[in-house]
Amino acid sequence: MTASATTIAARLESIAGVEQVHAQSAACMRYAVDDLAPSAVVRPANAEQVAEVVRFAVAEKLAVIPCGARTKLGIGMPPARYDIALDTTRLDQIAHYDPGDLTLSVDAGMPLAKLNAVLGEHAQFLPLLAPWYSRTTVGGTIASGVDSPLRQFYGTARDFVIGAEFVTGAGTLAKSGGRVVKNVTGYDLHKLLIGSLGTLAVITRVNFRTFPAPPAARGFVASFATAEEALRLRRRVVDSPLSPLTLDVLSPGLAQIFATRTPATPEVAVFPGESHSSNQTLLRMLGNWFSPREWHLCAGFAGTPEVLQRYERDLTQFAADSRATCTTVLDDATRPSVWGRLRESLSMLCEASPAATIFKLSLLPEQHTAAFAKLDEIAERASLPSALIARAAGTIYFGLLPEQSVEKNAENLARLASAATTIFDLAAHEGGYATIPFCPSGLKRRLNIWGTHFVSRMNLRDAHRPDFALMQRVKSAFDPNSILAPARFPGAI
Amino acid sequence: MSASLTRELESLLGREGVLSGVEDLLMYEYDGSVEKARPDVVVFPRSTREVSEIVRIANRHGVPIVGRGAGTGLSGGALARNGGVMIVFARMKRILEVDIENRRAVVQPGAVNLDLTRAVEHAGLYFAPDPSSQKSCTIGGNVAENAGGPHTLAYGVTTNHVLGLELVLPDGAVVRIGGKTADALGYDLTGLLVGSEGTLALVTEITVKLLRKPEAVKTLLAIYDTVDDATETVVDLTARAITPAACEMIDGWTLRAIEDYVHAGFPYDSAGVLLIEVEGLTEAVTSQAAAISDVCLAHHAREVRVARDDRERELLWKGRKNAFGALGRLAPSNYVLDGVIPRSKLPQTLRRIAEIGRQYDLQIGNIFHAGDGNLHPLVLYDPRDAAQFGRAIRASEDILRYCIEVGGTLTGEHGVGMEKSELMPLLFSDADLELMRRVHDAFNPASSLNPGKIFPLGKSCGEIRTQHPLQRGAELL
Repeated sequence: MTASATTIAARLESIAGVEQVHAQSAACMRYAVDDLAPSAVVRPANAEQVAEVVRFAVAEKLAVIPCGARTKLGIGMPPARYDIALDTTRLDQIAHYDPGDLTLSVDAGMPLAKLNAVLGEHAQFLPLLAPWYSRTTVGGTIASGVDSPLRQFYGTARDFVIGAEFVTGAGTLAKSGGRVVKNVTGYDLHKLLIGSLGTLAVITRVNFRTFPAPPAARGFVASFATAEEALRLRRRVVDSPLSPLTLDVLSPGLAQIFATRTPATPEVAVFPGESHSSNQTLLRMLGNWFSPREWHLCAGFAGTPEVLQRYERDLTQFAADSRATCTTVLDDATRPSVWGRLRESLSMLCEASPAATIFKLSLLPEQHTAAFAKLDEIAERASLPSALIARAAGTIYFGLLPEQSVEKNAENLARLASAATTIFDLAAHEGGYATIPFCPSGLKRRLNIWGTHFVSRMNLRDAHRPDFALMQRVKSAFDPNSILAPARFPGAI
Repeated sequence: MSASLTRELESLLGREGVLSGVEDLLMYEYDGSVEKARPDVVVFPRSTREVSEIVRIANRHGVPIVGRGAGTGLSGGALARNGGVMIVFARMKRILEVDIENRRAVVQPGAVNLDLTRAVEHAGLYFAPDPSSQKSCTIGGNVAENAGGPHTLAYGVTTNHVLGLELVLPDGAVVRIGGKTADALGYDLTGLLVGSEGTLALVTEITVKLLRKPEAVKTLLAIYDTVDDATETVVDLTARAITPAACEMIDGWTLRAIEDYVHAGFPYDSAGVLLIEVEGLTEAVTSQAAAISDVCLAHHAREVRVARDDRERELLWKGRKNAFGALGRLAPSNYVLDGVIPRSKLPQTLRRIAEIGRQYDLQIGNIFHAGDGNLHPLVLYDPRDAAQFGRAIRASEDILRYCIEVGGTLTGEHGVGMEKSELMPLLFSDADLELMRRVHDAFNPASSLNPGKIFPLGKSCGEIRTQHPLQRGAELL
């Protein structure tokens, strides 16, 4: 430990207490971001202590990275500086929950699964089935901006976050929004925090609208020989009067992972009919109706018995018209094994390879057929195993999954980098964009994970895009000294 | 205002694109609110380039700029509080692109809300935000105010349907944010801009999502003998997790005023009605309508009518959407509030509003989005009666204070504008407002764009409010 680290730790201890500060290298390594460890870790007890920590960092020009359970802390470019890890997991209370109003105000460090267990007692839930579900915190989920399979019906966090409290990079405790479901009073600053990777403020509390849990839910899986057929069924469903809760297309590569692996995250019940102790259900391998060599469309739906029957009837008919090789309706016993895997697609992709490189492509749904074919070609050219899941909203997660780590096989790094450039171009060419939310740190030294707009570290500052000049100004409004997660965001923000 | 400013604008836009005569400016000094302010010159650009040029010209002359759609706003958002150049988007109303397959549309800001739905309904699609003024209000105005409407209960407000914007910044620069694909890269600037009330940038192009029309719709009218029974029904529906597509309440007094005007078939002798709509799959709609009807009857609804066909359904909605016109016949002016409360607080809040009406000796009607707790108390007054107008303003502030006391907010869909800016400190701390100000300055550092909105000017409420009756009285004399 350096002398300055000692000073930092001492000051943090005076804010949060001796037990809540760690400066030993082993403890700090657990908070490392892209191989860079902080000098100290602090776990404040409340928003006021968070603000004190940030003000101390401002005074001493120290860089702070806020975190929750650290399941998605790898998202972003390597930080330019990193002195203090600000762990928010002790902020873990429900501040207000009014089931009769379907609104909730919850501290950032509350784990999502624990929160949904409380909401479940009132037959409500938060439609954020984020990966690493049992550990991930409310704040981390919002700051990382990850989506969930339920976005098909419920949208993303921006559709149901109704307010937030946070500590800005100037160390000021501020808020926006409120605790009502409809509100246009003042700027929606909380929307800026979604996906901000901790670069604007430390989120201390989030207000949500909650949703009634459906009376009963079912799943539907159809298998296909080709991607075109799976996408044709998806199109048919989207054009029909049905409004499924989830609608995902899986490649054979992902089907293989689903069929042969179990998610490391234990299952947690969200919907009625799911047992709270259904670890066994999830760990169970999928049935032989889930062929690891085929494309799949997975739909989830909910409602009364008459509505469920309608979905089953229509989906089965549509699937037959789209030349499905096999269709299965999932009941309460079998559904969690598939839904749990869908929710954990990203974590399972990450665990499937020691050098897992996961791309997120934002495209229009009707561009998927062509994109699938090109991604397949790219994987083949790189001689790397691949897997993908595509959401009907247009998002594709595509994983390149080398069998060996980049340390063991340096050639993999070159292959990944070359594939990444092609994928960035492919998305940009279609009017969308691609990023790499998860990859080996080594790859970040060769390219910018935020895509072609930010080709090299040399020209990161001139972002090439006028909207990023605006984002830079927004960043300065929140964090004038650039002490929060510096350089992790697109445009080196 | 200098003659050279008008000349420069005329040389850019042609004489038909500029209004500067006092009589021409009159109709641009009002919007749907009780506020009033006159621009020095009104311009009608045809393109983003022209908007950018107008901004540069205004900047050279050091005059403020304000954007305006149809002027149906209810908080003074589209008024030129400090004079200057008003940019009206009436000539930028084209629907630029409709992408049926991906359910997207790209429109100019002056496109009328309902015209977008008309342009895509052949494909079974529609644009979801449906403010009552949707026949005339523009999508640019909807974006500025983050407009709502009855069906936002199920489908969300404007911000939930906007994916990207083209902006002209206060320095004249043109910037695109977001786009046709979801999850734009970087900060959600689109989410910040929607609802920023024209204080950050001028919006010159909007990319929106389109929704598919539901297979089945059922519209119910539940009729009550007491207001409490109606509001308790809403609390119970929410508690039972029944989410209709719309749940509107109209009190008896307002109902009679509407019926005289619209002849929608509303009962004359009731204390209030709930207008409830359910949408979706036929199977879902049937059971939902039955469940809703049961809850209404359990709370002593005298009768629950179900619209038998589209004609009956449209008539009920015509009654709801033309309410403000109907009330205009009863008093020279009305002041429409927009407070939001947690839905469980509806019964006590409606009782409190009635008390406030009695206390100030004012007629207050209620017609509002009950399902999401978005109140629209209508305070009727005669602007020629300065004392009465003063009471109307004080009663309105009492109602909004009560909304905040019970955990609610100042405005659900109309915006803060110049109407509620002085009340902002009731909800936000100095630190909150200071941060919003810093974000404002990141876009609009000189406050040249739509000045005097959202942020309190620092005067006390009374000081500003007491100016109104005098100003108005003087005008009318």
